[in-house]
Amino acid sequence: MQSHSPSSLAAPAHESPTGEEPVVSARGLAKHFDELVAVDSVDFDIAKGESFGFLGPNGAGKTSTMRMIACMSPKSAGTLRVLGMDPDTDGPAIRARIGLVPQEDTLDLQLTVLDNLMIYGRYFDLPKKVIRERAQRLLEFAELGERAADTVEPLSGGMKRRLTIARALISEPDLLILDEPTTGLDPQARHLLWDRLYRLKRQGVTLVITTHYMDEAEQLCDRLVVMDKGRIAALGSPAELIEQYSTREVLELRFHGGEAPVERLEGIADRAEVLPDRVLLYSSDGDRALEEVRARGIDPLNSLVRRSTLEDVFLSLTGRTLVD
Amino acid sequence: MTTDLETWGMDTAHGTRLPPTLRVLRYHFYTYMRTWRSSLTTSFLAPVLYLAAMGVGLGSLINKHVGTVDHVRYLSFVAPGLLAASAMQVAASDSMYPVMAAIKWIRTYYAMLATPLRVLDVLLGHFAWVTVRLVLTAVTYLGVMAAFGTVHSPLALLAVPVGVLTGLAFSGVISAFAATQENDQGFATISRMGLIPLFLLSGTFFPLTQLPGWMHPVAYATPLYHGVDLCRMLVLGRVDWISAMWDAVYLVGLSALGLLLARRLFAKRLVV
Repeated sequence: MQSHSPSSLAAPAHESPTGEEPVVSARGLAKHFDELVAVDSVDFDIAKGESFGFLGPNGAGKTSTMRMIACMSPKSAGTLRVLGMDPDTDGPAIRARIGLVPQEDTLDLQLTVLDNLMIYGRYFDLPKKVIRERAQRLLEFAELGERAADTVEPLSGGMKRRLTIARALISEPDLLILDEPTTGLDPQARHLLWDRLYRLKRQGVTLVITTHYMDEAEQLCDRLVVMDKGRIAALGSPAELIEQYSTREVLELRFHGGEAPVERLEGIADRAEVLPDRVLLYSSDGDRALEEVRARGIDPLNSLVRRSTLEDVFLSLTGRTLVD
Repeated sequence: MTTDLETWGMDTAHGTRLPPTLRVLRYHFYTYMRTWRSSLTTSFLAPVLYLAAMGVGLGSLINKHVGTVDHVRYLSFVAPGLLAASAMQVAASDSMYPVMAAIKWIRTYYAMLATPLRVLDVLLGHFAWVTVRLVLTAVTYLGVMAAFGTVHSPLALLAVPVGVLTGLAFSGVISAFAATQENDQGFATISRMGLIPLFLLSGTFFPLTQLPGWMHPVAYATPLYHGVDLCRMLVLGRVDWISAMWDAVYLVGLSALGLLLARRLFAKRLVV
């Protein structure tokens, strides 16, 4: 397992192509809850218009990092700049330009879809007329146009999530922060949400997304950090991370009764991971690795050759799977 | 489906015409407008029923067998006390479950704090709303009392701000307590051990002199006694300005203390 000192990952400051100041910049950023270290000195820069991800298992420190960026939680140490300002002193001014989609919805379930947008827009002191115009567009965007007058409570999880995103956009923020936007949604609802986020990305909105789904990170993020136990384990684009921390292909093997002949697989691939239900062999050529397995007289229950994913990156960095 | 989001990422100038506290107050109005019918009925019916049952029903018995209470007929004695006691109840109920809901159940406070609003704005907006509710309660009570013929002095108008102050004295500390709770069990305890005994024993229904001597200082130490005392003096037009001043100082002091405590505990709960 490779290890990097966090400071070498992000410094010198990441510059956007135009050389502008990053939208978010963190150095040695930390969050402590009494004895617990939730975020342990992380460094990163998020450029304007970028879609930046925090990938990691539950408890990796993603949400704590997110809440600090959203100026809802004070940092314990380090420096943090958001939109060129200091969250410790300019919280309200920064939040005026941020849209937050929290992990748990904070919608008012007794009120209608439209009223939720109206009330939220009023917190930003936007004129009623402006909110109404935007609400109409945003509800179309979130495919909730038909439900504007309905109460929120009976809406599906996916609809509530889309409403939360529409609500976060009511102030036309420069930075949209999404904390696990699709956790708990069915595949169809996830894909609709991804499509909407992809549109926002194309409009040039800077997105910050946390997720423990590697497919989500691969789909949506230009660059991402892999977080584990409050630290940044790696930073880069999905393709870069796969190239750096994994092989091109992976051979997955399952065995009768789950008993893998681990010793007899040695030397076939660059690296092997033994999981409870399968063995992963990392190799640039999965088919050749499988031939070698067969040539050694090993007979797996089934086999699968696939491309490496961020899940493999995470496994290689931490020795654990993302969702357990 | 097409959307017109071309203004995205532009630095929109955000107006700041309305102070943040009032934006929070506006939220409370917004949600109240959805339930105002039932709420208004309750707040109008309660004084009518209390005054009819306690004042007229029980009062006619008392007047017949005991004569006057504190030199007035019982209805006039009990009415201002009920005004203060109702202020306490309204303030307490608005500071328990709604605060818990905004922290844990609906999480409204977290929605607010993701916007330019700060904890102090959220808190002052909450107290502003409680104040509105208290004004409505006190004015309704005073109106019903006038209809029952129990208002004996123009000073009675001052019972409205006194009712508000009595309520705020409770709202501050109870909101602060609510911000420390993980569930609503503590509220039942507050009602049982705090509000109901105060309601019954703070001079609302009978003069403190009827209580055993050792309980006088206890009753005198409670906030409701001062609200009841002050309201009664004003409504009956028999003001002892020295004790009135002490009542007011007590209520203002407790309100301020509650506000400071709530500010501290709200911040501790909401900003971690």
